[in-house]
Amino acid sequence: MNELFSRLSLYMSYSFVRYALIVGVLIALCSSLLGVTLVLKRFSFIGDGLSHVAFGAMSVAAVVGLTNQMLIVLPVTIVCAVLLLRTGQKARLQGDASVAIISVTALAVGYLLMNVFPTSSNVSADVCGTLFGSSSILNLRMAEVWVSIALSVVTVAVFVIFYHRIFAVTFDENFAKATGVKTDLYNLIIAVIIAVVIVLAMNLVGSLLISALIIFPALSAMRIFKSFFSVTICSTVLSVSTALLGILAAILLKTPVGPTIVMGEALVFVVFWIVGACMGVKKV
Amino acid sequence: MAQIKVNDVSLGYERGAIVSHLSFEVKEGDYLAIVGENGSGKSTLMKTLLGLLKPLAGEIVFGDSLRKNEIGYLPQQTVVQRDFPASVMEVVLSGCLSNGKFHPFYNKADKARAEANIMRMGISHLKARSYRELSGGQQQRVLLARALSATEKILLLDEPVTGLDPKVTMEMYDLIKKLNDEGVTIIMISHDIAAAVRYADHILHLGEKMFFGEVADYKKSDFGRLFLTEGGER
Repeated sequence: MNELFSRLSLYMSYSFVRYALIVGVLIALCSSLLGVTLVLKRFSFIGDGLSHVAFGAMSVAAVVGLTNQMLIVLPVTIVCAVLLLRTGQKARLQGDASVAIISVTALAVGYLLMNVFPTSSNVSADVCGTLFGSSSILNLRMAEVWVSIALSVVTVAVFVIFYHRIFAVTFDENFAKATGVKTDLYNLIIAVIIAVVIVLAMNLVGSLLISALIIFPALSAMRIFKSFFSVTICSTVLSVSTALLGILAAILLKTPVGPTIVMGEALVFVVFWIVGACMGVKKV
Repeated sequence: MAQIKVNDVSLGYERGAIVSHLSFEVKEGDYLAIVGENGSGKSTLMKTLLGLLKPLAGEIVFGDSLRKNEIGYLPQQTVVQRDFPASVMEVVLSGCLSNGKFHPFYNKADKARAEANIMRMGISHLKARSYRELSGGQQQRVLLARALSATEKILLLDEPVTGLDPKVTMEMYDLIKKLNDEGVTIIMISHDIAAAVRYADHILHLGEKMFFGEVADYKKSDFGRLFLTEGGER
């Protein structure tokens, strides 16, 4: 045990480990905020679809040779988020289908581009890294850390300011609209936040596993807690602590970061599910 | 002057009108029941009154210091709401968002109004409970309290007793009547014609033939008699 701690303190002296922890916690915080809304609006898969879009955009950025890939990835993902949420409102089923279409297309384009215009000698390692976020969280540069911090602060601030509106739009969009709440605006805000979170989270868990980061904490919290506020708080606490422990565990056990965190989330979900079932909370 | 005046309005979606040349008005304190078969345009009319849809033709005038977004609305329950983790207080408070300028958080007046409406609906003991754990009738009361928090002037109720058992249905109708007696204008969409005739004072019957007028006239008309005997007035 002592050996574990001394190894931990050794790692903590490396700046890349500290960066990873800071950014990891921030990403976890942001991604859990909107989980409840997405789950309840039946938009769980939008995160998945958007992350594939972000993957496609990232490979385009790599091929073009941009040093700051955010410049392409962020706007493209935001545009797709807006489009997807918009179709989702009009017809649920078509919304599902459009998510599927956009996500597989983006995935295919991304992989195709990376193969046709390889930017490094080991294409499959690159692809694997982008999909599962193998090591990028441990290779963050100072500038990326600052970008993450800035985007996280904005995301949290926007969420807090519009919290009650987001609740109203999630709970009953028609009522909110009928009583003069600008639902289109808030749906737009939700879409933009999701896009930003996904682009941020690609660093941490890679594009295939982002949904887990968004959905799991909310689902776990909903098993036990009963009000929107307590569910939101609980899911952020869960998300942040699993991310923190997951990153540390991954470093100590030398496992890939993303999958380790997601395994942790899944474990927490099972525990909360059992506890919820024992407490007799109505199933979701 | 009427709170809502509908002038020669056609309703529907781009594909075509469902209702054409509809005219009626709602005065302060009225209790209007909108009846008609499925597909006769009840929901479309409701969405149009709420401003969620634009009328294809004609105009809807809001008067008596009633602004467009001052209609309280009791929607039909959605699947999303049935397992939504929200406390009763959170749901009722969300009705207060419509009032005035943008404030990120609720103020004391909002909270007091929500509390008062919770008490008015007789659900104070459920205030901290989770919405998804309540029975159908209790959930309807929560949504009524939310609608009242949005406005005191006029309530639009969309099939308020769907899925409720007979006893709770009666209580719900009595509660709505009580609100009406307190001066809240009620517009209720229903396909329970018998109850509509018993509680409302005006009827709007949508369909191939339309009727708008007082309940007494509706009962006397051939048209109303036909539907009342078919529906079996209890």
